[in-house]
Amino acid sequence: MAPAALISAPHTLPTWPHTAHWPWYVTLVYMAAAMMFALSLKWLSSHKTARRGVKIGEIGMAAAILATLLLPEVRQYNWIFAGAIVGAAIGVLLAVLTPMTAVPQQTALSHAFGALAAALVGTAEFYGHHAQLTAGSTAAIGLESLLGYLTFTGSLIAAGKLQEVLPTRPITYPLQNAMNLSVLAAAVVCGVWMCMAPQMVLLYPVFVGLALLFGVLLIIPIGGGDMPTVIALLNSYAGLSASAMGFVVNNKLLIIAGALEGSSGFILSMIMCQAMNRSFLNVLFGQASGGKQAPTDDVYGGKIKSTTAEEVADILATARRVVIVPGYGLAVAQAQHVTGELFELLDSKGVDVQFAIHPVAGRMPGHMNVLLAEADIPYDRLQEMEQINEQFADVDVVVVNGANDVVNPDARDNPGSPIAGMPVLNVDKARTVVVIKRSLSPGFAGIPNPLFARDNCLMFFADGKKATLDIIQELKKL
Amino acid sequence: MGSSLTANLFVFILAAFLGYEVVRRVSPQLHTPLMSLTNAISAISVVGAITIAGSHHDGVVLVSLGAIAVACAMINVVGGFMITDRMLKMFKKRKDR
Repeated sequence: MAPAALISAPHTLPTWPHTAHWPWYVTLVYMAAAMMFALSLKWLSSHKTARRGVKIGEIGMAAAILATLLLPEVRQYNWIFAGAIVGAAIGVLLAVLTPMTAVPQQTALSHAFGALAAALVGTAEFYGHHAQLTAGSTAAIGLESLLGYLTFTGSLIAAGKLQEVLPTRPITYPLQNAMNLSVLAAAVVCGVWMCMAPQMVLLYPVFVGLALLFGVLLIIPIGGGDMPTVIALLNSYAGLSASAMGFVVNNKLLIIAGALEGSSGFILSMIMCQAMNRSFLNVLFGQASGGKQAPTDDVYGGKIKSTTAEEVADILATARRVVIVPGYGLAVAQAQHVTGELFELLDSKGVDVQFAIHPVAGRMPGHMNVLLAEADIPYDRLQEMEQINEQFADVDVVVVNGANDVVNPDARDNPGSPIAGMPVLNVDKARTVVVIKRSLSPGFAGIPNPLFARDNCLMFFADGKKATLDIIQELKKL
Repeated sequence: MGSSLTANLFVFILAAFLGYEVVRRVSPQLHTPLMSLTNAISAISVVGAITIAGSHHDGVVLVSLGAIAVACAMINVVGGFMITDRMLKMFKKRKDR
């Protein structure tokens, strides 16, 4: 049976429902939608056209959905509308109620939903047609289900960690990588077996179980600081699962849309990896590192100078050029709006204020940009690392709020450091550095930061929001 | 699936390449909206879910799987585009004083 299925696979699939020809107008609408989706992403390349990009994406989506409802194979609408109404209602609530600080977990959740949709369609296809499946079509369904289910549980775990309902620290145990790889290997073996013998329907639930388990195991060892890479990777997987669904239902529009998201997520995770000077494999499987650290006393002993809101206000008031470096701590403290107020105040006093954004600051790509935009800070004041790094020597005051590893000069100067080679913001070159931080506790990398002990560095030990508010009050008194 | 598999792979590879070229040009400032927009676009998978939820012959279990898939995809269709637009609306240029 199995060899026969393999041989006949390339030729015919008479009863496979999805080789039926669509009416010409549906094909036409799908083509137009594919173009609109490509244009939508293209227009996102500039602030000026970005919102137009959303509009055309919406039009393409609406047109494709309407055309699909007209397909002859769609014979009843009750279930479709029931699902659509529930989904749309949840979608509206999520989009309207999600605070900007919670966008990373909302994004992780949306990856989970997208992947689950693809996975469920794969399951329905398998059970609906298993009597007619060939090796080739089973392989496509298997790939769709594997990607869909593992991305579903992986994204749920990621969302749970970001929302802090699950522990954010990496969860590790001995032989973790061996365990993960054997679960994946078991899933692959099970999948290949399914392709050889699609009529063995009991293999499918085992396969799904392994995929769900692998998704969980893959994400639990990931810590908070690696989230930007992982969330981008899950973005890519969610796209690939939609694309795999396109192969199963033989729909090129799905293949294209999924491939666009797949490559987008891939590029983003590459950028995040480069910004940490690490490889994919190291992010996913390198959780064991981080044991060796210099004793904190050697680095900090007697060299820490702490400061007050009054002193910081004095320094800022006399500064000509100020750069603010936001980090994840700013999001945790919900300090974006008070930071916006500080910006307005300094700007009105004629101080040149800019923001320096490290690519992995926050919990997802572009996280800090969205938060600062929410606080009405003009986007032309936001500088990328490469643009601003040469200019720190001309900066009078740098205010670091809630960032740690991304301003650690050891990454640049100390080849023995665990984060050696990671690109960092050269804030230590500025005349004065003020670090707002609750304590001297280490950042995600778990290492001390010699910046805090530098002569030009002042530590303001406080919550990011309260500290900024106090500085604003002192500035207003001047 | 045979000859259509080759054609589909062709489309996939070209689309992935197109995506790479287009996304490379997106400003890092807009990387968060980029993620939510691509997520909304790939929720076009709702189309596949509709054909299952709307089929007669598939039996009630499969049809309800399709309906759940429609709901999941619609969350991203509606939520994805809305939150992208909500974020993009916040990005403003410097006010003239």
